[in-house]
Amino acid sequence: MSTAFSSAKFSTQPFLLNPTSAASHESPLLFAKPTSQFLGSTRKLRLSSSSKLNLSRRSGTVVAVSDVVKQKKSKSTPSLLITKEEGLELYEDMVLGRAFEDMCAQMYYRGKMFGFVHLYNGQEAVSTGFIKLLKQQDSVVSTYRDHVHALSKGVPARAVMSELFGKTTGCCRGQGGSMHMFSREHNLLGGFAFIGEGIPVATGAAFTSKYKREVLKEADCDHVTLAFFGDGTCNNGQFFECLNMAALWKLPIVFVVENNLWAIGMSHLRATSDPQIYKKGPAFGMPGIHVDGMDVLKVRQVAKEAIGRARRGEGPTLVECETYRFRGHSLADPDELRDPAEKAHYAARDPITALKKYLIENNLAGEAELKAIDKKIDEVVEDAVEFADDSPVPPRSQLLENVFADPKGFGIGPDGRYRCEDPKFTEGTAHV
Amino acid sequence: MAAIFQGVGAAAALSSLPSNSFDSNKSVFSPRRSFSVRKGASFAVVRSDGTVNLNPKGRRTQQLIPNAVATKADSAAASSSSKPGHELLLFEALLEGLEEEMERDPRVCVMGEDVGHYGGSYKVTKGLAKKFGDLRVLDTPIAENSFTGMGIGAAMTGLRPVVEGMNMGFLLLAFNQISNNCGMLHYTSGGQFTIPIVIRGPGGVGRQLGAEHSQRLESYFQSIPGIQMVACSTPYNAKGLMKAAIRSENPVILFEHVLLYNLKERIPDEDYICNLEEAEMVRPGEHVTILTYSRMRYHVMQAAKTLVNKGYDPEVIDIRSLKPFDLYTIGNSVKKTHRVLIVEECMRTGGIGASLTAAITENFNDYLDAPIVCLSSQDVPTPYAGTLEEVTVVQPAQIVTAVEQLCQ
Repeated sequence: MSTAFSSAKFSTQPFLLNPTSAASHESPLLFAKPTSQFLGSTRKLRLSSSSKLNLSRRSGTVVAVSDVVKQKKSKSTPSLLITKEEGLELYEDMVLGRAFEDMCAQMYYRGKMFGFVHLYNGQEAVSTGFIKLLKQQDSVVSTYRDHVHALSKGVPARAVMSELFGKTTGCCRGQGGSMHMFSREHNLLGGFAFIGEGIPVATGAAFTSKYKREVLKEADCDHVTLAFFGDGTCNNGQFFECLNMAALWKLPIVFVVENNLWAIGMSHLRATSDPQIYKKGPAFGMPGIHVDGMDVLKVRQVAKEAIGRARRGEGPTLVECETYRFRGHSLADPDELRDPAEKAHYAARDPITALKKYLIENNLAGEAELKAIDKKIDEVVEDAVEFADDSPVPPRSQLLENVFADPKGFGIGPDGRYRCEDPKFTEGTAHV
Repeated sequence: MAAIFQGVGAAAALSSLPSNSFDSNKSVFSPRRSFSVRKGASFAVVRSDGTVNLNPKGRRTQQLIPNAVATKADSAAASSSSKPGHELLLFEALLEGLEEEMERDPRVCVMGEDVGHYGGSYKVTKGLAKKFGDLRVLDTPIAENSFTGMGIGAAMTGLRPVVEGMNMGFLLLAFNQISNNCGMLHYTSGGQFTIPIVIRGPGGVGRQLGAEHSQRLESYFQSIPGIQMVACSTPYNAKGLMKAAIRSENPVILFEHVLLYNLKERIPDEDYICNLEEAEMVRPGEHVTILTYSRMRYHVMQAAKTLVNKGYDPEVIDIRSLKPFDLYTIGNSVKKTHRVLIVEECMRTGGIGASLTAAITENFNDYLDAPIVCLSSQDVPTPYAGTLEEVTVVQPAQIVTAVEQLCQ
């Protein structure tokens, strides 16, 4: 892979696809010709089966996991994509995400959590597929649909649920809420309410990684940052600005687009001149990959390549995951605009069901084992709710504690002392 | 001539021969000011009339301050010997402060447009890229929102970036990141992430730069919770504030002024910082308190000359800290003079002066003999024409008139 970076020397030439028609789904090659690393996995998987979809809006060939299984069997080379341990880990993570989000919905309607809550049902394959490949020191930046990213990264379910309940034991002490999940320990850098806002932050985290390696001479620093965001964000300036900067400086970052086709009620096709988002990567000099986001194994394969690329210092990648959210945009969204046929189509491709099928058919796990995991997760989630219920609400004294890292920032009061020394500050009753 | 002595603890004393040449106004005003130096345990201010005033209540708070200024090794043992210091221009003072901090801490880095190879559009980062490399002094593409956000992400993950807005007005494009992330992220993360970022750049009304390059953003940013704002006005406080801002764990916005970059002053050789939360006593007086900051300080001092000739004794305070206000210094002054005039370059509506008026009224209403008068720029997009531009900002003549009216 060339290290010198300029789009002229870049070995992959973009745009061999018909760039114009949004509805076109004939072309078999759906990503800009990638670097050699990518040729292995996704292409094999895709070309092996015929295009199954009749939905005119979709632009990708979709290959169900079952087709992969058939293909593998027919080749009679039993090379599985995952080991048993990995399979169970992936399964458990996705079930945790699903069960947690379902519980969130319940709790919301029972009045335990408030505000805007955006659930991730249906998209678990993306979170699990990517984040389970990361180390603890790698960073993840998300959007408001961040509960499952937090869980996948390792934030305990208790901490997330408490945060949603607004309790002081939450991962952000109850001060962030559903849309602002942060964890220093697990390097989850948020949780952002405005779309696109987190992408520059992710770029900064990747910049730090490069800085540590090159300026601070921490030679083994190869931390990677993942930025998750949606299709709506891909029309936002910050997205393009960061693609440019990341490619320019070859930052160790992967831009993961969770294209679930809808930005609240705005269909991606109605908002975007060229809806094929992955094509925008090569425009900035990085590979752009399209992958079936309902299939955790495919996502994982692509993620491995992309993360590996970043770790080796070869720069960023743009990965477009075609996925779908089974619920509305948020719990306040009546979800009336989406075509029931579309919803049914994706419901049939539930990533958890697909993985379960794969595990069983490949004798990686049995029904009983998977059911045991289901049960275990149910208990974890229930425990999280109990914990959150029993936790205390933040006391008044917490109000002013985290406004400044250095509380001298509140200034000097009329009496000459720093205002933060005023006991009213520790009580939380002072006026700032 | 004011001399500053060190109190207990710190070693070096310095005397300064403050000579300011304000080139653009072509006037030199007498340096009848004393200024405080924050070093070690306490400091003394020697007034121009010779009385020494050891700061009384002291900053008892000193124990709170984790980053005591590191003075260089105990040079002048004799507290009364004077160090000559060295003379430089304000932009060089900023550069010096930045360079020293970058040497001191390898995590300090600079990001902005043309800060690297070009050396900064106002030369504040001149030579740094050659010295520290292209990654530590990063030339960014023209994408303020994103590179400010990148600075914030870098700050969250361990670096200490200094983000330059080529002109403060450009930071309007970064408002999203400054407001949502810079200011609020420490809070919404429950204190887990700190954002030790410095955002700086030149602002203010220049010489016929046109409306968009003549903006004063301090009024827009002041409502953002979680940030501190300071404005520098002399080479001394420019270097001091730059260093303090870099060392601070809070996000700090440092406002510089386009017309002040060529001010010359003699500053100390040793390491020093200026406290971010303190105001600066420029000229002690008895009759009226004039609160100002940045470039207006010089208009005020020019007016002060006239006022002194007319028999008035104004007390001039450079508030320096735009958010939070130093209510101690300001309050003491109000309690002494009972009359307040605020002179600022900010817009009339919702500006720093408006907030300051409210703060003083809230806290010191009983001490006021007259309503607070606030002179601000007109609520007008700064015109290009020189004659019109001149009347959008406050001129010394207006200040003189205001004081005369106030003191009747």
